[in-house]
Amino acid sequence: MVSIAQPGRATETTAPPRQNPLLRYLRRHREFGSALAFLVVMFAAFAIASPGVFLRPQIYSAIFISLPISIILAVSLVFVIVAGEIDLAFPSVVGVSALVFTTVVSTGGNPWIGLVLALIAGVLAGVCNGFLVAYLGLSSLVATLGMNFLWRGLIQIVRQGNGAPLTFLNKTDLYQVLVGHIGWLPVQLIWGILFAVLGVLLFTRFRFGSQVACVGDNMEAAREMGINVKLVKLSAFAFVGLAAGLAGVLAILINNNFYPTVGDGYLLSVLAAVFVGGTPTWGGVGTIAGSVVGAFTVGSIETGIVAAGLTGYFTQFFYGVVIVLSLVTHRLTRPRAKVGGRW
Amino acid sequence: MSERADTAPILELRDVSKSFGAVYAVRDVNLRVYPREIVALVGDNGAGKSTLIKVISGVHAPDHGEVYVKGERVHNWSTAQARRRGIETVYQDKALAEQQTVMRNLFMGREEAGPFGWLRLGHQRAEAEALMRRIGFTSRLVSPDSVVATLSGGEREGVAIARAMFFRADLIILDEPTQALSLTQAREVLRFVERARDDGSSVILITHNVYHAYEVADRIVILDRGQIVGEFQRTAITAVQLIEYMQTVAHEGAPVN
Repeated sequence: MVSIAQPGRATETTAPPRQNPLLRYLRRHREFGSALAFLVVMFAAFAIASPGVFLRPQIYSAIFISLPISIILAVSLVFVIVAGEIDLAFPSVVGVSALVFTTVVSTGGNPWIGLVLALIAGVLAGVCNGFLVAYLGLSSLVATLGMNFLWRGLIQIVRQGNGAPLTFLNKTDLYQVLVGHIGWLPVQLIWGILFAVLGVLLFTRFRFGSQVACVGDNMEAAREMGINVKLVKLSAFAFVGLAAGLAGVLAILINNNFYPTVGDGYLLSVLAAVFVGGTPTWGGVGTIAGSVVGAFTVGSIETGIVAAGLTGYFTQFFYGVVIVLSLVTHRLTRPRAKVGGRW
Repeated sequence: MSERADTAPILELRDVSKSFGAVYAVRDVNLRVYPREIVALVGDNGAGKSTLIKVISGVHAPDHGEVYVKGERVHNWSTAQARRRGIETVYQDKALAEQQTVMRNLFMGREEAGPFGWLRLGHQRAEAEALMRRIGFTSRLVSPDSVVATLSGGEREGVAIARAMFFRADLIILDEPTQALSLTQAREVLRFVERARDDGSSVILITHNVYHAYEVADRIVILDRGQIVGEFQRTAITAVQLIEYMQTVAHEGAPVN
């Protein structure tokens, strides 16, 4: 316990000991640090199991094809979770915006207009989800679970369960700009990283991020100090909608194909990425950079298992092992942690 | 109060009453708070301290009586109006976001930002540092970037007082700021209170600890069963006399002229 009442005591006037800047950064960002350490250990294990595969760049090129979608979704989800809520509806919002995009391009519309409308659709769907939680006061866990079914159901009704080929877009500028290749590098990785940088800035350098954290930390205090708590929460859900809009377009372009269940596969892996990345469940704190690391960790498990020569039957088991072990790691590196979540 | 007749009070209550059902929580209270003055409001549990500060801070509208702020009568008194007129209340929960930094708490809801909400972090940090020095944070281990959860109870109270000061509150109301604090920490908080006054704010300090009241207050107001039963300049009375007075006169419930 440090007393500040009596100036001049030796312990108070001594500056904190000088530290290596990297160590200091990791001390301030424990969650990011332990997520990164976990990733390094996991890759070391992979590399030992099958050095031939993990020391060659091709394997990373394969991981990077769909990793950006997980990154974009996980980064946006951190905002909702830090605000003290959860969003389980984002997979269907991915589907809604993919449907909007497909409808525009398959009726002869300009793909760029399709992209813009898909993003708008994503934001609007996110606003609907946020409205239920922030303004009607519904539990975000249950409300967004319901909305996930509702949006997906709408897609199925509209499409009668049918997919649509999109190979005719492969020569368009949009395709090249969003999901083309520069050498071995899939362009979408650049978009994923740019989105993560945007997320970091929004989270740490803008009023929005600051207010999201205050709302998730102590909602009553935030309200008392004049923050529009409902609007901040709604905006966080809208931001997930925007991310899902972008993710939806990327997902169907990468697959050259619209399919009515697009996005569904991301629900659990993206949630896992956020928590493996070190964002806790109780709100108020979180890490964007950690969620990128978490997405990379979760996105590499399957590849790692196959490369190690195990059969696909091991995949789910190792997902479980990685998620639980990383949560234990975070628990151990967070000495003053609260315990448990709120939803 | 004759020596203060030349300065206008920051806040004046005239014959203010507030009842809940048939019970008067506050009855015919007349109270003036002058610029740069610490007024301690002391009384036992149930004396009406909480109700009185809720009237002053706009949470409750008075049933009878008038509220004047800087000589101007106020109508439709509310928390928002109180804050707009420079009255900040620090409740016991202190309204701090504990996992955030001191700086973020100081600027919560009133962030200094440029276009699109780009935070002027350098500017905020400099202001936070200056403010913390002014209110008396001397430890170099507590900086604007310290997380509130790592601070002591007294330091947290200091952050809440600093936040009220920062927004140029003319009057800061502190609800039991020394409760549940150790002796050193309570002393530290009282020092914060003095600093706030020296910085130009008036303070209403609610406490049931007479010694704390006596230590910093310029004037001590004793409340009992919803009524003001005594009012003393600190220089006119000793702490022991004050306690004796509270034990005898106040509990008779007889108002003193």
